[in-house]
Amino acid sequence: MTLVTKFAARDLGPAARVAGFMTHLRDNGLRLGVGETGIALDALTHVNAINPQDARRALKSVFTGCAEEAAQFDGLFNSFWMNGGRVKTRVTATATPSQSQNVHSSREASEEASSGTGDISAPDGGDGEVESDGEGKLIATEVTNLFKKDLRDLVRPEDIAEAEKIALRLGAALRDRRSRRRKAARKGDQIHFRKVMRQSLATGGEPFALPKRHRPDRTLRITAICDVSGSMTVYSRIFLAFLAGLMRADTRADAYLFHTRLVRITEALRDKDALRALARLSLLAEGFAGGSKIADSLNTFAGTYGRRFVDNRTVVMILSDGYDTESPDGISDALVRLKKRGCKIIWLNPLKGWDGYAPTAQAMAGALPHLDLFRAANTLGELAALETDLARL
Amino acid sequence: MTWTTLQTAMADQGYIASGDLAMALHLSLSLGRPLLLEGAAGVGKTEVARVLAAVQDTQLIRLQCYEGLDAAQAIYEWNYQRQLLAIRAASEDGETGKAVEARIFSDEFLLERPLLKAIRQDKAPVLLIDEIDRADEEFEAYLLEILSEFQVTIPEMGTITATTRPMVILTANGTRDLSDALRRRCLYAHVPYPDLETELCILVTRYPDITDRLCAQIVGFVQVLRKQELEKKPGIAEMLDFAAALMGLGVADLTDDPAVLQATLTTLLKTHTDRDAIPTEITQRLVGKAA
Repeated sequence: MTLVTKFAARDLGPAARVAGFMTHLRDNGLRLGVGETGIALDALTHVNAINPQDARRALKSVFTGCAEEAAQFDGLFNSFWMNGGRVKTRVTATATPSQSQNVHSSREASEEASSGTGDISAPDGGDGEVESDGEGKLIATEVTNLFKKDLRDLVRPEDIAEAEKIALRLGAALRDRRSRRRKAARKGDQIHFRKVMRQSLATGGEPFALPKRHRPDRTLRITAICDVSGSMTVYSRIFLAFLAGLMRADTRADAYLFHTRLVRITEALRDKDALRALARLSLLAEGFAGGSKIADSLNTFAGTYGRRFVDNRTVVMILSDGYDTESPDGISDALVRLKKRGCKIIWLNPLKGWDGYAPTAQAMAGALPHLDLFRAANTLGELAALETDLARL
Repeated sequence: MTWTTLQTAMADQGYIASGDLAMALHLSLSLGRPLLLEGAAGVGKTEVARVLAAVQDTQLIRLQCYEGLDAAQAIYEWNYQRQLLAIRAASEDGETGKAVEARIFSDEFLLERPLLKAIRQDKAPVLLIDEIDRADEEFEAYLLEILSEFQVTIPEMGTITATTRPMVILTANGTRDLSDALRRRCLYAHVPYPDLETELCILVTRYPDITDRLCAQIVGFVQVLRKQELEKKPGIAEMLDFAAALMGLGVADLTDDPAVLQATLTTLLKTHTDRDAIPTEITQRLVGKAA
């Protein structure tokens, strides 16, 4: 039996199928235009398109544009062209969580009930806070929250518009004199030979004026890492609005979320429609408002994305309260690793705004020596006030 | 030429290309589109261009990108010093202004940089734009124009259109995100670290007189080493250096002398933390695992 997909008889032929495949890819998040369809059809004429392997390789080089897409592509190709000869794929139902033996219910486990941890009689799976005696203090929760929280409830479009303005101002405040390229400027430090020549033609080859050039200022890039664990829920609204605004104001900014895992949300937040961006974010932010593993997440960041996107022109902005579920020893190491890349590190801690706050949480104490700036920020206004501090970095 | 013949031709030149890569190169040649290669440092991205130039029997023109690279370094520049001298000399000789101007803005005074050079060749060369992610976004935008039009406008001379279309290979190792526009213009291939068989093949191709046992040990060891938590994972070039070092020292078996093996790790581990992370005991354990 062949694995190749059987297409319906009324199908319009290869070109239409490739177009269908394009739609399939677009549905799965690859950004492809009409142009690519043309190139793909062209490419298929240059290879033995009957051979699935050749076709897969040819289409892969045309349709993918980065490592993530390349890794994703084989699966997408197989699901469209090689679905085992079936005409249509069936969606397999997910297993429903087992119900406790003490509870007899004719009710089907519905959405919320089935997506939480544990079972009906013990929502935490028996070992979480529900079962233990509460001590009534603020702690980082250890349980990964599996509910998908809809971030649209948290953030309003007006906030984003305001945050966008603030992010623009912050970006402008971050200047760096590091460029090696030189540009024409009246008060430059080097002679602009090209201009000298051009202008000296008017005076018979005698260079009268000496135009100068200098190194222009370069903006720093902001990379924001936002903690969305349970203890940060109250502040998430402001921070997420800020991130969304930042992404829209500055095309080079980069954003990440972490709770128990680190998620890159740059792509999601770049969506032109602010609300849709948040909807996409909600899908990514599974585990929102659960526990937080700051050290783990920062280490992951330093080892993966940090290597690619953090350099001496980057300001890493960490938005977190410093309450870590796990041992916080790693935080210091992670920050050292980041620091080695020559970046600036800013930590914005909402709790710092409290009266009598001291960075006693172990995580904060370990992180302090590596920070270029440690500030409070729990409203958009306070974020805006950072402008002067950033200019001095 | 099909992609398999290209793959064989490259193997003859000593480059073992994966199917995906060979196909991408083949399409890039037949469609005349630039090819973007991404992958970690040391997996042989730059080498692809060199080998391709050898296979096509043509010239390789290389543009190394760096931060602050501008049009004057990448496309063309006037030789200002010579122009100044020429103007002075001309006034002594009593040459007319028109003649001087025509002369000092002619080919004679033009310094060709790689991009201009690449489109003025008689035989289509291979143009390698290395580490494009190091250049600034402004340069990337300029590059887009050249890659789509294959022509350069010099205000003093007019537009220079390509005599032949160079085969363009861009490499990147992810220092920053490339723009979507650039990615869309190019075909794409991701070059991963080679798997065991490919790497064995590479080592044997480069050092034909290596013994099978040592070859298997070296490749096995490097493959295991790449799975460790390292800041900088050893690439293919490092693996080849390692093999050369071992052969030069006359080591026939990795398990022979732990001290020598530990010393030769300098060819594989290039940072202080990585050296500290792999002490002798771990090296021995990894050798045991690889064998």
